[in-house]
Amino acid sequence: MSTIATAAAPARRSPYTPYRMRIAKVTDEAPGVKTFRLEFVDPAEAAGFEFKAGQFGEYSVYGEGESTFCIASPPTRKGYIECTFRQVGRVTAALADRDEGDIIGFRGPYGNVFPIEDWHGKNLLFIAGGIALPPMRCVIWNCLDLRDRYRDVTIIYGARSVADLVYKHELAEWAARPDVNLYTTVDPGGQTPDWKGRVGFVPTVVEEVGPSAADTVAIVCGPPIMIKLTLPVLTRLGFQPENIFTTLENRMKCGVGKCGRCNVGKLYVCKDGPVFTFAQLRDLPPEY
Amino acid sequence: MTAQRILARQNLGPLFERIARDGRRILAPVRRGDRVAFEPVTRPDEVALDYVQTRTSAKSAVFPPYEPLLRFTLRGADVQADEPPPAAPPTVLFGVHPCDAASFATLAAVFTWDSPDPPFERKRANLTIIGLSCTRGDAYCFCTSVGGGPGDPRGSDILLTPLDDTHFLVEILTERGQDVAQLAGPLLEPHVGNGKEAALARIAPRFDARPLAAKLPALFNHPALWQEQSLRCLGCGACAFVCPTCTCFDITDERDRYHGVRLRCWDSCGLALFTLHASGHNPRTKQSERWRQRVMHKFAYQPERLGVLGCVGCGRCSRACPVDMNLAQHVQQLAETAV
Amino acid sequence: MDALRTKARELLAAGAVQLVVGYAAGSEPGRARPCFVRTPAEADGLIWNEHCRQNLATYLQKPEVRAFGRVALVARPSTLRALLQLAAESQLGEGRVVALFVTDDGAVAELPTLAAIEEAVAQLPRGLTAAEHQELERIAALPRAERWAFWAGEFARCIKCYACRAACPLCYCARCITEANQPQWIPVSSDPLGNLEWNVVRAMHLAGRCIECGSCSDACPEGLRLDLLNRVLAEEVRTQFGAEPGLSLRKDYALASFRPDDKQEYIR
Repeated sequence: MSTIATAAAPARRSPYTPYRMRIAKVTDEAPGVKTFRLEFVDPAEAAGFEFKAGQFGEYSVYGEGESTFCIASPPTRKGYIECTFRQVGRVTAALADRDEGDIIGFRGPYGNVFPIEDWHGKNLLFIAGGIALPPMRCVIWNCLDLRDRYRDVTIIYGARSVADLVYKHELAEWAARPDVNLYTTVDPGGQTPDWKGRVGFVPTVVEEVGPSAADTVAIVCGPPIMIKLTLPVLTRLGFQPENIFTTLENRMKCGVGKCGRCNVGKLYVCKDGPVFTFAQLRDLPPEY
Repeated sequence: MTAQRILARQNLGPLFERIARDGRRILAPVRRGDRVAFEPVTRPDEVALDYVQTRTSAKSAVFPPYEPLLRFTLRGADVQADEPPPAAPPTVLFGVHPCDAASFATLAAVFTWDSPDPPFERKRANLTIIGLSCTRGDAYCFCTSVGGGPGDPRGSDILLTPLDDTHFLVEILTERGQDVAQLAGPLLEPHVGNGKEAALARIAPRFDARPLAAKLPALFNHPALWQEQSLRCLGCGACAFVCPTCTCFDITDERDRYHGVRLRCWDSCGLALFTLHASGHNPRTKQSERWRQRVMHKFAYQPERLGVLGCVGCGRCSRACPVDMNLAQHVQQLAETAV
Repeated sequence: MDALRTKARELLAAGAVQLVVGYAAGSEPGRARPCFVRTPAEADGLIWNEHCRQNLATYLQKPEVRAFGRVALVARPSTLRALLQLAAESQLGEGRVVALFVTDDGAVAELPTLAAIEEAVAQLPRGLTAAEHQELERIAALPRAERWAFWAGEFARCIKCYACRAACPLCYCARCITEANQPQWIPVSSDPLGNLEWNVVRAMHLAGRCIECGSCSDACPEGLRLDLLNRVLAEEVRTQFGAEPGLSLRKDYALASFRPDDKQEYIR
């Protein structure tokens, strides 16, 4: 467990009572995918709120329920938090129906964190697929906001099609930065006539790019099939499981390690995760 | 801390009155037909003192089948949400057997680790447990296999042991117990001598739970074993719901047009959709995998993580199971299976 | 019992079935448990007595059981009727099940085809016992407020464990109505109104399909009179439509078919 840092427990309010958040901005990222920028209604709560990259929250639509998303904005940007979600069920459908100015609930921050202090002086390799870029966006911006602490920063991101790429404006920002190596790709058949990026599945592009494993930390997030095919590529490139990080998606409810839903082996994804190395996942029963 | 007294059975009535005058309600086992269940009582003649076990446990006193976490009023784009007023009347849980008294330690371990749980903590703080040692058990009891026993004092604030038809031995075990003893005043008479051991039921241990925390993970990858044990399991939630140490819960909102409530309700890892992701992926699709989770969680994961066993050997799961999944038999088989 | 064990051994030894689902001794006298016999030697564990009540047709819902191949099912009359109703509802194909119908004298009739099961069911006595009739009449005779109080009292004890659904051979929906949340037709929590909704909806979904095996009330940890609830509706379907489930391979589902000459007295 030594490489995974645990954030301090949140202040002692009832863990089941959400913060009141105003939707400050709604961005349509991709078909069925939105980003909300949320501001605390209570300025005292805003001032007292802290989190670290990797943590998640439970976002409420009162009367519909709660849904689990990572905090997709970095802790280096104050005054708001962001979440990005795809409309897949009851709560996300209700969220997608909300407008700017509406009040929703937020509980958090929950979970453990990316140990970015351990990564000082290293190269960072971020690999993400589709809707899995949001959990990584937080840690990418966190590191970019502290750019001089890290060496090379490489981002490989792909989606099914051009329309499905999320954070399109930020992809353009990252592409324009000389201190970031960005590779974007879409699945074969997902390109448009004016698409300038690569065409190919993410694991294939990783192989093509062939990043060096020397002094490099890899952070990989994506659908299970993408992870399954990317890991062998990274292994061939010389990455050790202790240096490959991911963040797990799991069915969660309480977020505080009590309701039992995210229990895998003796761990709770909401407390001991969701950030894990692949070395740690290897030791877990494959029930996630 | 333990002090010993004697309580005459005929003084139960006056004891109940003193407890009630102190503003506490009494929950006790009440027989209705062939079932015994914990209900509010005022008189000792309502209480079934000779019961072996209730169908559902007393965990409802601190973790009810459903309870509100929030109440809210919806106002267009806005919402007014508040925590509900505390629902924790001062309560004496009277006549729980030692297995159930011990279960509160597991409940507390789950609900209070790492972060507060006001709904649980308020009720637990207002609860005094007067246990009742067992003079008989049945084929399903296995407290002695999981570190308990028919006269085990753990978890009781006061433990009563029937010495004969007319008197209870009274062990006052904690400060909360001392508070009730003070209420009882002269109803508790000085006691000299022994007699507890002779009054207790004999429950022969069937297995030793202590090595299981280390052993069971080694049996994780024996799919045939788990399938064999769980083939008759129908995947309902009866075992989890009657269990005094099961704590899995769901959080669900119920509403009408303008008002609503966020509830915490009992749930079970044995139900098929417990771990279902919104994407449609389900980490545990087979009943054998869910059965394995139940056993591993109670006998390996929980002891390792929280230092408490997730089972007190009350046998309720096995009595209530529609198809006679006998946990003690299954765990005994696992204890005897070579890794 | 011997006849049953012998028959099970024969079928397994001949490879006619890959699995025999029956009953074995339970945790204590007075209890039986479903058991799964794969080899002739294991057949010695099969028992037959009045405690063998769980309708074994329910196990045909389990993929682990279906994976064995052809299955022999130890059957009471209600098991046979469940098999016919499942076949009528296109849930059970020919050649999947051999019913081992055990009569009160311990004789075993091997029913290897759905037609054989249909024929055996046709010979069965039909109708409620005098005691069952009396109970229905007693409930029906209660003044409305008392009848409501009776059922409300039953449902108040429900803990929403879904043992009734799990035990029922005809509750085979891959996604139960309780597992839908858009909308949440049945509340998750076990408050009295939600309990009433669950139990009544389940009874309505079974009306005209329930073969009155009683596995639901046997399974219920709180002893709710689910058998009585389902029987009330079964009797209503019998009286209003003259229809009875589990007698025929032909689907004759009263609540899903319409005939111009259907009675309409209940529309008042």
